[in-house]
Amino acid sequence: MAAFIIRRIGQSLLVLLIVGLVAFSMFHFVGDPIDNMLGQERTIEDVERLRAQLGLDQPFPVQYYRFLENAVQGNFGVSYRQGRPVSEILLERAPATLELAAVSGVLAILFGIALGVFTAIRRQGVAANIIMATSLIGVSLPTFLIGILLIYLFSVELGWLPSFGRGEVVKLGNWWSTGILTESGLKALILPAITLGLYQMTLIMRLVRSEMLEVLRQDYIRFARARGLKDRAVNFRHALKNTMVPVVTVIGLQLGAIIAFAIITETVFQWPGVGLLFINAIQFVDIPVMAAYLMLISVMFVGINLIVDILYVFIDPRLRADRTGAH
Amino acid sequence: MSEPVLSVRDLSVEIPTRAGIVKPVDGVSYDISKGEILGVVGESGAGKSMAGNAVIGLLSPPAHISGGEIWLNGKRIDHLQGEAMRRLRGKDIGMVFQDPLTSLNPLLTIGDQLSETIQTHLPIGRREAEKRAIAALDEVGIPGAADRIDSYPHEFSGGMRQRVVIALALCAEPSLVIADEPTTALDVSVQAQIIALLRSLCRDRGTAVMLITHDMGVIAEAADRVAVMYAGRLAELDTVRDVLTRPQHPYTDGLMASTPLASQGQTRLHQIPGSMPRLTQMPDGCAFHPRCPYAQDKCRSAPHPTIDGGRAACWYPLLQEAAE
Amino acid sequence: MTDTPAPTPTVAKEKSRWQSFRESDFFYAFKRSPVAIISFTVVCILVLSAVCAPLIATTNPFDPASLNLMDGFTPPMEPNAFTGNSFILGTDDQGRDLYSTILYGMRISLFVGAAAVLLAMVIGITLGLLSGYFGGWTETIIMRVADVQLTFPSILVAMLIFGVAKGITPVEYRDQMAIWVLILAIGLSDWVQFARVVRGATLVERNKDYVAAARLIGRSPWAIMIKHILPNSLSPVLVIATISLALAIIAEATLSFLGVGAPPTQPSLGTLIRIGQGFLFSGEWWILFFPAGTLLALALSVNLLGDWLRDALNPRLR
Repeated sequence: MAAFIIRRIGQSLLVLLIVGLVAFSMFHFVGDPIDNMLGQERTIEDVERLRAQLGLDQPFPVQYYRFLENAVQGNFGVSYRQGRPVSEILLERAPATLELAAVSGVLAILFGIALGVFTAIRRQGVAANIIMATSLIGVSLPTFLIGILLIYLFSVELGWLPSFGRGEVVKLGNWWSTGILTESGLKALILPAITLGLYQMTLIMRLVRSEMLEVLRQDYIRFARARGLKDRAVNFRHALKNTMVPVVTVIGLQLGAIIAFAIITETVFQWPGVGLLFINAIQFVDIPVMAAYLMLISVMFVGINLIVDILYVFIDPRLRADRTGAH
Repeated sequence: MSEPVLSVRDLSVEIPTRAGIVKPVDGVSYDISKGEILGVVGESGAGKSMAGNAVIGLLSPPAHISGGEIWLNGKRIDHLQGEAMRRLRGKDIGMVFQDPLTSLNPLLTIGDQLSETIQTHLPIGRREAEKRAIAALDEVGIPGAADRIDSYPHEFSGGMRQRVVIALALCAEPSLVIADEPTTALDVSVQAQIIALLRSLCRDRGTAVMLITHDMGVIAEAADRVAVMYAGRLAELDTVRDVLTRPQHPYTDGLMASTPLASQGQTRLHQIPGSMPRLTQMPDGCAFHPRCPYAQDKCRSAPHPTIDGGRAACWYPLLQEAAE
Repeated sequence: MTDTPAPTPTVAKEKSRWQSFRESDFFYAFKRSPVAIISFTVVCILVLSAVCAPLIATTNPFDPASLNLMDGFTPPMEPNAFTGNSFILGTDDQGRDLYSTILYGMRISLFVGAAAVLLAMVIGITLGLLSGYFGGWTETIIMRVADVQLTFPSILVAMLIFGVAKGITPVEYRDQMAIWVLILAIGLSDWVQFARVVRGATLVERNKDYVAAARLIGRSPWAIMIKHILPNSLSPVLVIATISLALAIIAEATLSFLGVGAPPTQPSLGTLIRIGQGFLFSGEWWILFFPAGTLLALALSVNLLGDWLRDALNPRLR
């Protein structure tokens, strides 16, 4: 098992290096950083000086190495658009995205599993059919459309909830800012959280349902019933436990996707997070921000994939290396 | 004579399909007494498993009991639903399935699976249940039971797993055990052990056993009486010795003649020509007549024969003199 | 027993392909499913309207000369306060007739979606064939790249490609090139599933006798791959392609909505929705509603159709 873990970590590092290469190449080949940093009035000497200062006259691999070195320390350069260090901007906006992602993730998982189990156990009922039909719509609709519909309904027509921004935020410590502690903050969180979480919830629900239906068909469930175990024990102790094994993997991977999809939700609601930052960076071709976002996201995705793979080995006893074999 | 543990009377199971209503079990009747092993034998699709499922109430819809009665220990149980039926399972009727690997939940230790079964049916605490679980494993011949109680199913070999399954089926001390092809998925060398285990356990506790199999050899080894099924109907029902040595139904006769042992000395293996009819295409009259070498007009036209107090469901049973 | 003359053997008439199709299980399942029929009809109507846009649109919304700013903000079906013109679905802030704009917008949405899927198919099938047929390093490299790309959601990959391509294009051409960059971005983000499926099928076919025979005769690997292996792997590819089309349309709409897609000078439905969102609170609801409604209808029906298709063609569910 240790060998497996080491191998997976090695693979992850390789992927990160490749992504780093892509990010760095963006820097190197797209646009001219000198152009972006110096104004119109510049002399040849200015350009040469800056070039040497930034180390742009070094060979490619050296620059790549220095880029990685900086990245690992959190130094991503200076934003073309805002003129501030990228790391500072990212740190500032991270809590907004993380809070949104966390809340919608929790909603998606709780409701997704609950509804999935419900529709699997009561698969013939009217409620189950209605839920399944609605879920199909949830999966087909683009996220931004859902967000706009919610805005129209709850902000424009009913006027209950705000349609943009985070409301009032409270600073915790010197870095984190949270909106949960204020009323306006909570209100502002509701629609974006639903928009972001809806797609994930539908996905989880349908997955849990189909996995559970598959599990309920297995022989060991039949045998459990043949031993007279109560329905509750059969459904939850046996079926749900076996369902969760593949579901946990998918949920883990989804958590990464939430942060990426936050880009869309943040744009719809003008939520001041890193997603909106990324979109603005693309529109302005602000390479340092784009590269930094890419690197951070990769670390997150690769990290989550790695953790989920390792977790899988712990959850399913069949995958553990010490098979003592038959006697 | 005391009351039989299980009494199946004229049981029928129907399944509505697109091609019409089919009867995988048609008017089957047999009794099993305390401590007795009844073998139910027949080809795949003959309805033997279906009858077993009907008894324990695990028919998958839309299959349902359409006629007849099932009596367990003097009480009628075929009409029981839901919770009432659940209470019988495990406690009064136990069941063993064919494949021990898929019968056990791979994510729970066998100790857990045993304890939960015991605690579902007996009002005892966890510690006591664990002790009984270890005792149950011991009884089925698992060495070092106290240590293996925390093992997972995949850590056992096939034969050991089936022993665990038997332990699970018997741990709540049912009066009837239905064993549905318990040895089919096992190595030949292990089969005999499992059969011997089943026999001794049931003799010691007086449990009635319905042993469902397609393997005549298993029947010969283990069963006291045997019911031969064909196309959902009972063909013959009597003691193993009588049915095997002097079969009265032409189908049973053909089966006996088809075993490799019986064909010894001949150049070709005997076969019954044709195959068992599909439930959607049942012939009129006796189900076996298209393949029967002794078929007469009555077999084709009259409503199909039943056992009805006799031994074989046949208008012209093969009455042979006892070979002395 | 009387002797009846033996019937003369008749040759079975060859069924036309259309007739075979009409009698097939597939068509039967289609006829029986109201969902399939309705969504198919909706898709057909929308696609036809988009294709015939120049014919059925009342104006050409991209001709600046035909636009009158005073026409702007006209509600649907009501005559404009200044010019007295009325438009079925109203006008936007620039005086463009919404009905025509939507038709042309759908055109762009469908074009980008279809082209992107085509690109993804070409790339994916080629790489799949290569990696399956040649194995070894070719396969390892291609599949590793695929794995790396798969760790990221495809929409993120598309955004990135768009951003980079935009950075490389000189500013003057950015609007014009946007559509093509969009196709490139979405297509490049989607090739992996095609490659995987085709690789799987190639691995299976590669070991079959007819391939060995072809090789013996001396056919070139390309010929073998294209003429023999490819046709046998088409069936699963088709199912994936339909679902991919639905996803591509939604991806394009999302990217355009975010502002990293079709520009306002060549708006797709997503761009129109972006523009419309700005007017939601000021009361000109129609600028958002009609494009959004059209996208909804399109996305929903293509998705439902794709879902039904996948179930109908799934051998396991039969």
